[in-house]
Amino acid sequence: MRLAEAWRVAMSALVANRMRSALTMLGMVIGVGAVVVLVALGTGTKNMVEAQVEGLGSNLLIVVPGQVNFNAAPAVSRMDNQDLDAMVKVVGDRERITATLTSGETVRAGNESVFTTVNGVMESTPKVFLRGLRTGTYLSRTDVDTGRRVAVLGSFVAQRLFGERDAVGQQVTIAGVRFRVIGVFAPLGQSLGVDRDNEVHIPITTAQRLFGTGRVDAFAVKAPDRETIDRLGEELLGELKRRHPDTEFSAVTQEQILGVLGNILGILTAVLAAIAGISLLVGGVGVSNIMLVSVRERTKEIGLRKAVGARPRDIGLQFLLEAVLLTTAGGIGGTLLGVTAALLTAALSPVPAAITWWSVVLAFGVSAAVGIIFGVVPAQRAGRLDPVVALRTD
Amino acid sequence: MIEAIEVARSYELDGVSVPALKRVSLTIEDGDYLAIIGPSGSGKSTLMHLLGALDRPTAGKLLIDGKDIATLTAPEMARLRNETIGFVFQAFHLLPRTSALDNVALPLVYRGLGARERRKRAHSTLERVGLAHRTNHRPNQLSGGEQQRVAIARALVTEPKVLLADEPTGNLDSTTGQAVLDLLENLNTESQVALVMVTHDRDIASRAQRQISMRDGEIVG
Repeated sequence: MRLAEAWRVAMSALVANRMRSALTMLGMVIGVGAVVVLVALGTGTKNMVEAQVEGLGSNLLIVVPGQVNFNAAPAVSRMDNQDLDAMVKVVGDRERITATLTSGETVRAGNESVFTTVNGVMESTPKVFLRGLRTGTYLSRTDVDTGRRVAVLGSFVAQRLFGERDAVGQQVTIAGVRFRVIGVFAPLGQSLGVDRDNEVHIPITTAQRLFGTGRVDAFAVKAPDRETIDRLGEELLGELKRRHPDTEFSAVTQEQILGVLGNILGILTAVLAAIAGISLLVGGVGVSNIMLVSVRERTKEIGLRKAVGARPRDIGLQFLLEAVLLTTAGGIGGTLLGVTAALLTAALSPVPAAITWWSVVLAFGVSAAVGIIFGVVPAQRAGRLDPVVALRTD
Repeated sequence: MIEAIEVARSYELDGVSVPALKRVSLTIEDGDYLAIIGPSGSGKSTLMHLLGALDRPTAGKLLIDGKDIATLTAPEMARLRNETIGFVFQAFHLLPRTSALDNVALPLVYRGLGARERRKRAHSTLERVGLAHRTNHRPNQLSGGEQQRVAIARALVTEPKVLLADEPTGNLDSTTGQAVLDLLENLNTESQVALVMVTHDRDIASRAQRQISMRDGEIVG
């Protein structure tokens, strides 16, 4: 029997049993759909997080006291302005390094107030991190050196305090002290769960006076290129170690953060895919079940086909193709369902979706393979049926 | 055409060998018209399955169209059935939800013929059995007699050397049954296709050139 003929026979058998075919396919549709949608959401989340980390700027190095550990609370810093001067010397370029002193404070303007993160920083911050202003100017070196009471507002803070009005030139009160607004950041959105529009930048010297401390919480350094980043990190840590022999410091690069997050999210995606894979397997067992029922139900047809000259492999091929047709049609349906569900989820919820070609190919390939694997046993059974017994069955 | 020499067929039932056919010898020539008669359980169906290469004997020698069945593989037996033998069953065994034309063309599918050639041959064979006006009807749209004529056309479409008919009128009323018998006999005389008919009806058997009576797996006359 020709292959094209076998396809036609299998197709007409499936069409003849529409309801049963549709129900069997449903198992495959759900299985493949689940794989596609869960992989899309997992990958989308991973891409988003990675984009956020990369959005901080390139070739970044963050130096903090203590160990970088996602489970531990940040260590209390013992670094101060002398350390800052030493760090600037190591880096060799004041444009490439910034220091931060962070505190949560209530910021007021008139009757409006907002609780936000106040970062004492250096004038180099927009060059180290990628930050753009919507209006006004950023802090200047003079602002930092002389400890001026000037502030740059995140777009969310400006919106809360001043609405649609221009905030530049207005007065705000931070921890009871008056500041003049000199600029407003362009909106940035979330980054690793932190709302980067909900913050205020003031000169680090002003912040130290305001909070009554000489502390520096962390340094951020922009390395000239990817190659020098690790050596620079070691030099910075070495200098800090020399100055504070009994304290531990860590330097972490974006690549390290990306690596750790990527691993976690990659595992998450794999686990989701595996769970979806189980439903694909269940769908496959359903196909096998239905094919066995189908062989039994059509025993007479098999007997008759054999009587008029069908070889065992002709019959086997017919049933195998039926199983493959069922699962691949289910695979197409499941892919459409999965893509639709992923796009809908992305549109209606904050969870992003990235439909990857490999998940579609994988789900499709697996469903065809499931058809072959779970179709073989029923097909062999059909092919081996004794025509005499098959024709006698009532 | 077909030569059976001391052919026997037994079945294993719970480890016990149950003989269904005991050392039967028989020859069928081209154009023969033979009736095998006997009560149920006499072994006549078993004999017909052997003559049709649907089954293999457990002892003896069976030659169909010069080929020793014992030496053939399953695909070779399938090919032999396709090319040499036409079956007509009591229960018609037409594929449901399939047109008369496609039912008749079915054996040609396994011969590897193209769709156009299959339809052409199936159509002319349906004409031979007087059903040219029923080609696109499905079995459930046909009367019992028409269904059996479709089944006969299916048996004929491969131009076999022998037609094996197992109680071909068993599911039909006597008038329709007569018409089906007439058709089979006409085909036998016109196209020189051998006709072997299994029946338990003495009147039907008496129309054949030759009768074989069976009882308890043996030929008794």
